[in-house]
Amino acid sequence: MKSQTPIFVRVSFRRKVKNFLMLFLIASLSGVALVPLFLVFYHVVKSGFPALSWNFFTSLPAPVGEPGGGMGNALVGSLIILGLASLIAIPLGIFGGIYLSEYGKGKFAASVRFVVDLLTSVPSIVTGLFIYAMVVAPMKSYSAWAGALAYAFMMLPVMMKTTEEILKLMPDHVREAGLALGLSRWKMILFIVLRGSRPAIVTAVLISIARVAGETAPLLFTAFGNRFWLDGLSEPAPNLPTQIYSYAISPFEQWHQQAWAGAFLLLLMVFVVNLFARAYVYRAGGRK
Amino acid sequence: MSSSVSSQSQRKRREVRLSDLIFFHFLRGIGGLVIGLFLLLIYFLYKNSQPILDLQGLSFFWNPEWSPTQDVYGALSFAWGTLASSAIALMVAVPLSLAAALFLTELGPKWVRAPFRFFMEMLAAIPSVVYGLWGIFVLVPYVRTVIQPILRQHSDWMPLFSGPPFGVGLFTAGLILGIMITPTITSFSVEVFRSIPPLYREGAMALGATSWETIRLAVLKPARAGVFAAVILGLGRAMGETMAVAMVIGNRAEISFSLFSPSATMSSVIANEYAEANLGLHLNALVAVGFGLLIVSLIINGLARVIIWNLTRFRK
Repeated sequence: MKSQTPIFVRVSFRRKVKNFLMLFLIASLSGVALVPLFLVFYHVVKSGFPALSWNFFTSLPAPVGEPGGGMGNALVGSLIILGLASLIAIPLGIFGGIYLSEYGKGKFAASVRFVVDLLTSVPSIVTGLFIYAMVVAPMKSYSAWAGALAYAFMMLPVMMKTTEEILKLMPDHVREAGLALGLSRWKMILFIVLRGSRPAIVTAVLISIARVAGETAPLLFTAFGNRFWLDGLSEPAPNLPTQIYSYAISPFEQWHQQAWAGAFLLLLMVFVVNLFARAYVYRAGGRK
Repeated sequence: MSSSVSSQSQRKRREVRLSDLIFFHFLRGIGGLVIGLFLLLIYFLYKNSQPILDLQGLSFFWNPEWSPTQDVYGALSFAWGTLASSAIALMVAVPLSLAAALFLTELGPKWVRAPFRFFMEMLAAIPSVVYGLWGIFVLVPYVRTVIQPILRQHSDWMPLFSGPPFGVGLFTAGLILGIMITPTITSFSVEVFRSIPPLYREGAMALGATSWETIRLAVLKPARAGVFAAVILGLGRAMGETMAVAMVIGNRAEISFSLFSPSATMSSVIANEYAEANLGLHLNALVAVGFGLLIVSLIINGLARVIIWNLTRFRK
């Protein structure tokens, strides 16, 4: 997008200088915007990677002062909470997205879409308060279930929105072709529209899980955390994010290292999932 | 937009097959569930904050005094903390995001754009708690030992920079928030810039505008409303952000006009005090703070969406 100087009008020196300065400013500011990314990665890898060990994955947190110890319980707990949340939110989100894209006209669907938009803007800490009031307070116990519900509450609107957007990309003539073959509408939607969008949906699922996996605020007073192995889904559940948080604000050097190691794992997962999602979409797109 | 097939069936929803009818009502049920969840959210937050609101009314939000030990609750200092830290965040994030969005749509060479975009997405994907960890051990010491002494040396007389060098405080929190909302504002601004017809740019260039003049006249100017919406969405995110802020802001319920004094935001106080507030008015007060935060976030995001909706309506 270079400016072409007409033969007979000279661009004044002042304009040239200003042009150069502004373009330089834009380029350098956008470079600056990425600096924190590299700083965070650098520090997390530098402090987190050396603190990783086999023990970190397999053992319980050690008491203060004792060497070793790990976050095995938190990793398992996180996986369980994420798994439960996915089981709840992903099917609901995909079917909700189908509703919005395939039956999305009319007042009721419009209000559902509006509410979905509202739900995506609920602060995560408020989600935690909500689940606390609805689940934890009546059950009188923090639990893995409560944590999973909080995560699911955050995943559901995002899944619905992305599924809707993905399905809308499917051209109408594909739907018409399915119906013309005499398929019932639900078969057409599930086996032609949804199936045809599988790569994109898989990517959306992966990214929504990765997004939520590091969320701490909704777990603080739902899953709560625990220094032992998860002992039933109705018990306070150990999990990686709150463990990182409590270690980070503790005064002990050794715990800080563990926090960095946990952060390293979180970042690694987010990074890999994003790369993988990209590659998957790229390959699936190439095959078509 | 939605298919002609479904729009036709919408007019007279007479499904021929029973299975289709069941499927349709099943899907509608999920839609209803989502609305129900939202109503539940409002109901539970209202119900749990009712005792304190009944007691103090809306003056709860004007009262600057917060001391749980004496059962005195007022949320003004947290509202101030949220406002101030978000304002700092915007000052950091808006120039960076606009530059990044311009780079992604107008300036950057094609081969740089894809990786740049990927890095931006990564920046958005870093969990809040990791930002907080980095903030505690890298940014806070840096602010304490480098930035703060420099500012104090040259302008000690200004109340803005006064106060002992803790490292934690409004400034550090705002800085981290600014980093965190940059990807949000960038990605929305990119969409806004993309929606501007290329004809504008071509017109500007044909008139002999330089690249910068083209950007200013044919991109930034028509995109003003959209960029405003993007900034507001970023603001909404900054106000709701919890963990990173709770870890670096210092957590003190105080209204101070120094950038470097410890403070607290509406979200950080909930995160910090919830575990110890197991009963009574303290808990209700925290839920009320959350309720206020929810209402403000909903309004802000709603406003941004209305602006975006208006823009796209006229574009089409």
